[in-house]
Amino acid sequence: MKRIFINKQWCLGCHLCEFNCAFANSGKTSMVTALKDKQVRPRVRVEEHGKDTFAFSCRHCKDPICIKSCISGALHKDNGIVRIDYDKCVGCCTCITVCPYGAIARGDDGVMRKCELCVDNMDGTPYCVSNCPNGAIVFEERD
Amino acid sequence: MKYVIIGNGAAAVGTVEGIRSIDTNKENTITIISSEKHHTYARPLISYYLQGKTDPERMKYRPDDFYEKNGCTLVAGRTVNKIYASSKTVLLDDGTEIGYDRLCYCTGSRPFVPPFAGLDTVDKKFPFMTLDDAEALAGSVTKDSDVFIMGAGLIGLKCAEGLYGRAKSITVADLSPLILSSILEENTSRMVRAHLENKGIRFLLGDTVEAFNGNTAKMKSGIEVKYDILVLAVGVRPNTAVIAECGAKVNRGVQTDNKMFTGVDGIYAAGDCTETFDISCGQSRILALMPNAYMQGECAGVNMAGGSKDFENAVPMNAIGLIGLEISTAGSYCGTVCEKKDDDCYRRFYCENGLLKGYIILGDPCRTGIYTFLIRNRIPLDSVDFESLMADPCLSALGDDNCKCLESVV
Ligand SMILES: Cc1cc2nc3c(=O)[nH]c(=O)nc-3n(C[C@H](O)[C@H](O)[C@H](O)COP(=O)(O)OP(=O)(O)OC[C@H]3O[C@@H](n4cnc5c(N)ncnc54)[C@H](O)[C@@H]3O)c2cc1C
Repeated sequence: MKRIFINKQWCLGCHLCEFNCAFANSGKTSMVTALKDKQVRPRVRVEEHGKDTFAFSCRHCKDPICIKSCISGALHKDNGIVRIDYDKCVGCCTCITVCPYGAIARGDDGVMRKCELCVDNMDGTPYCVSNCPNGAIVFEERD
Repeated sequence: MKYVIIGNGAAAVGTVEGIRSIDTNKENTITIISSEKHHTYARPLISYYLQGKTDPERMKYRPDDFYEKNGCTLVAGRTVNKIYASSKTVLLDDGTEIGYDRLCYCTGSRPFVPPFAGLDTVDKKFPFMTLDDAEALAGSVTKDSDVFIMGAGLIGLKCAEGLYGRAKSITVADLSPLILSSILEENTSRMVRAHLENKGIRFLLGDTVEAFNGNTAKMKSGIEVKYDILVLAVGVRPNTAVIAECGAKVNRGVQTDNKMFTGVDGIYAAGDCTETFDISCGQSRILALMPNAYMQGECAGVNMAGGSKDFENAVPMNAIGLIGLEISTAGSYCGTVCEKKDDDCYRRFYCENGLLKGYIILGDPCRTGIYTFLIRNRIPLDSVDFESLMADPCLSALGDDNCKCLESVV
């Protein structure tokens, strides 16, 4: 299955992926109406530590501890993608307590949000990937 | 091969998914016997149900086709009264006998009610463990109800949250001087209590009921509490009687090895009815938590089906919200304390022998799983930038080597 990876040496730390992610998941057609004066809650985030920067999102683990720990049964796998049933999630945050990557966060409506590879949004390519100015974020099959 | 599972909660579902990850032949049937009549449901959500944040349909822990897809037969509303280990059969309360090759005992726990004087004079009293309890409570409480909850642990306080705004008043009593004493230490317990008192919850701590008389409870301290509805959430006890009788070792909970095997031929056990080795404190104890129940069940299932899996890095972890305050905790509270405070978050860490042993976080639970990772994987703190992690959990402060032991981080 294709997943998102980052080529760390090419990441500029520009944070554009965060804005593109929030836009792609906003359901809006204009980036301005989607993001202007709103709290941006991207599902990808750029980490900065010293000189190091890299963008990072859900790994869609083979053996996902978030799914095993979900107390409502909202987290599940769908074709290899770790997804959330927003109807079932009650926002208890147990998944946040177990995800070793810190890749899950609460959305505006109180229920959890995470990268779902833009499957419901765009044309098959995650928006952070297609809009990374330096080609640092890639979507590919790796072991 | 015939599999039988007693219970239908998280541990049972884990067992089914563990079995089917190895044995996909549906002719090898799985029979699930459960005292509760419902489709498998998310037990912790009963308080969210009271709040109106979910309903029985959405509380289903797995989709409607779960049993069919996994080749399971659900025998709901029946209780196993006996396990005959020598003939490998179980006896149900209606006299039916069912044979097994492999059995998983996933019976969870039940409310414990001490013998209070006059309890039988109380008209409206409820435990808070099952969907039926929650439905009965929801049907009884009104805007005019004064609710009295015995027990300021997780279950009692989740019930208080569930009833918040639905009742006129809520009073919570506990023998312990501290609320949530199983997951908080003194400072954080006081902070959470202050928050709840601010919201209008009244506490009677270090106090208990001497006698009930209809709608009045006389406390040991002499205080009288008037109520319409009484919730009994004093504690729970693991359901171990049936398995103890067939020769399995039971201490406080059922004893198993790392493969969840009980030592009795073909019999495994998982979930709240068992004891788990908690690596953060190096002791065997009951970890009555949903993630633990699922993972134990999954491990049992894999081994029952002939695979090999060990469950060996259990740590307690909790994420609980109480009327607008988020509490995240994990591990054990031993060793040196480090605190970090900012406007909307209080973090308290426990370190010992160069390892993170536990944490308590009040407020924003942002990325707390990174701390849990440090505990579960016993990551030496001198290999990470812990000072920066305490303020802001992030992967880059873990260092490249530690990131490598995560599944393909970068
Ligand atoms: C109000 C509340 C809030 C909670 N909140 C949280 C939380 O936020 N996070 C968390 O991690 N955990 C929470 N828990 C704990 C969590 O619900 C349990 O850890 C989990 O349900 C354990 O799963 P289990 O499968 O071991 O047992 P259970 O879910 O208890 O299932 C056991 C089943 O076995 C049945 N049974 C027992 N004996 C027999 C028999 N002889 N024959 C047939 N059937 C039998 C029982 O009726 C029951 O249906 C909460 C619990 C409660 C009550």
